[in-house]
Amino acid sequence: MVFILPALIGFAAFYLYPTIRGFYFSLTQYNLLGTPKFIGFANFSKLFADQLFWNALWVTVEYVLINIGFQTVLAVGLAVLMDRLTKSTLLRGALLLPWLISNVIAAMLWFWLLDYQIGLVNQVIEFFGGNPTAFFGDERFAIPTIALVNVWRHMGYTALLVFAGLQTVPKYVYEAASIDGSSEWNSFWQITLPLLRPVLAMVLVLTVTGSFQVFDTVAVTTRGGPVNVTRVIQYYIFQKAFGEGQFGYASALSVILFLIVGVLATAQLRLLRSGESDLA
Amino acid sequence: MATVSATASRSRRKRLSVGRLAAWAAMVIALLVTLFPFLWMIRTAFSTTRSLPSNPSSLLPADFTWGAFERVLGLGSRAQAIAEGGSGASVNFWLYLRNSFFYAGAITLGQVLFCSMAAYAFARLHWPGRNVVFGIFLGGLLVPPIFTSLPNFILVKNLGLLNTFPGMILPTFFMTPFAIFFLRQFFLGINHEIEESAALDGAGPWRTFFGIVLPISTAPVTTLAILTFITAWNDYFWPFLVGNNEDTRVLTVALGVFRSQTPAGSPDWAGLMAATLVAALPVLVLFFAFARKIIDSIGYSGVK
Repeated sequence: MVFILPALIGFAAFYLYPTIRGFYFSLTQYNLLGTPKFIGFANFSKLFADQLFWNALWVTVEYVLINIGFQTVLAVGLAVLMDRLTKSTLLRGALLLPWLISNVIAAMLWFWLLDYQIGLVNQVIEFFGGNPTAFFGDERFAIPTIALVNVWRHMGYTALLVFAGLQTVPKYVYEAASIDGSSEWNSFWQITLPLLRPVLAMVLVLTVTGSFQVFDTVAVTTRGGPVNVTRVIQYYIFQKAFGEGQFGYASALSVILFLIVGVLATAQLRLLRSGESDLA
Repeated sequence: MATVSATASRSRRKRLSVGRLAAWAAMVIALLVTLFPFLWMIRTAFSTTRSLPSNPSSLLPADFTWGAFERVLGLGSRAQAIAEGGSGASVNFWLYLRNSFFYAGAITLGQVLFCSMAAYAFARLHWPGRNVVFGIFLGGLLVPPIFTSLPNFILVKNLGLLNTFPGMILPTFFMTPFAIFFLRQFFLGINHEIEESAALDGAGPWRTFFGIVLPISTAPVTTLAILTFITAWNDYFWPFLVGNNEDTRVLTVALGVFRSQTPAGSPDWAGLMAATLVAALPVLVLFFAFARKIIDSIGYSGVK
């Protein structure tokens, strides 16, 4: 029993207790200084009428769609390329590099590369005769830019997860298909993807859950601007709790985020029937 | 069988030589996109900020200097810093570097020790309610960090631990559900005979664990330690909430502050890039030292 004790204390104090308290705080009015005052579901009814909440939710969904869409397609592509071309550890290590640096560093690096005046990307655009673009400052581009910066950071890591999944597909399946005259392209759609489904389900649950909680990149680059277009939900929670001291309201927002993430994870696992592989 | 498959794959390779060329080209592009920003980071860090606008696209540093690093590490003079395009504000990344090492190091030590003990208890010891408790622990994986961050902030605040290392470290010092899950998978695979013979020799669970199980598990334990260290090193949100004081500020938080301090019109890009390099270097060194371990652990940890 002594073995489990430290972990049990840690779990009770910093996971279980705050989870219960988080739900309780969402039903209170609490400005950090006094004591929480129970107000029932008032925070939630206020929340559904809050334009900025709906904006934050929409912005986050936009971010997740761009981020996950590009990331998943690129990662599967890279994983298949690695699987078919080379198992070199050096190559896999190189692709993993962006994942090792923090979100803050990745954000800073791209903030520089995409700088309006002397950033390299705009230099290249101008060289080819285009107009410089304010990637972080333009309302149309801010969210796609932040989403793609994080695709850059996570692409290699996600590719390695998929690559690991590909290793569970036995080679004889491809060989049989090849002897039967199946092209590489057909084999990918008919064999690889179906057999990869359980792995893809897990990868998607991990990445979508993480993607909904984007914060760091926004916090060090745009801080929610220009005009709310990058105020993602976690940034809104942060502003409400620590900027405006509306802790109860912020807790209600995070309950919503919790529910969204939970429902999505369950739905994804169901839809992709991750439990069973077609191989069995 | 072996020869059949060899011929099959060889004929496949020949037939698709154009396809393979295109595939390699795609791979090279992916590598370039992945690696080039790092090169640009290094190039900028060795440039003089004032010379960057006149020389924005050469691969080599604009007006090579170590000045940006001196500026970031508080070595150069104020006059020199301003001459090269710095803000002249005093920054001391040595302190933040030390704080980051302390923060990530303490979390790694505590988490790896306590989680390996717990994982062993879940994998090998028999006690009432074991599976129920494990199920509840796994449930912790589903709770988004922001959800527990707000109440944990209140807890740390009420304990009077804001802006102290204990306050920053405690929430992940004892356990994370992932670490227990990761190690349990490995302990489940250890041969029962090893423990049985230890029991025959009269060793209790305590001695069996520290004397026998832990020493033969160095590979997964170091892998977990490295992953935990990297994660903690890159933490931003939590240390930003509870440790945003000069004394306890870690590198990621310091970078955010440094960026917001540079004037909006003419940011000190060389200084910023030198600072990010300083912040990224320890993890990159760790990665190069243990690359194979880390790479092989991905997939095992994430998917299985």
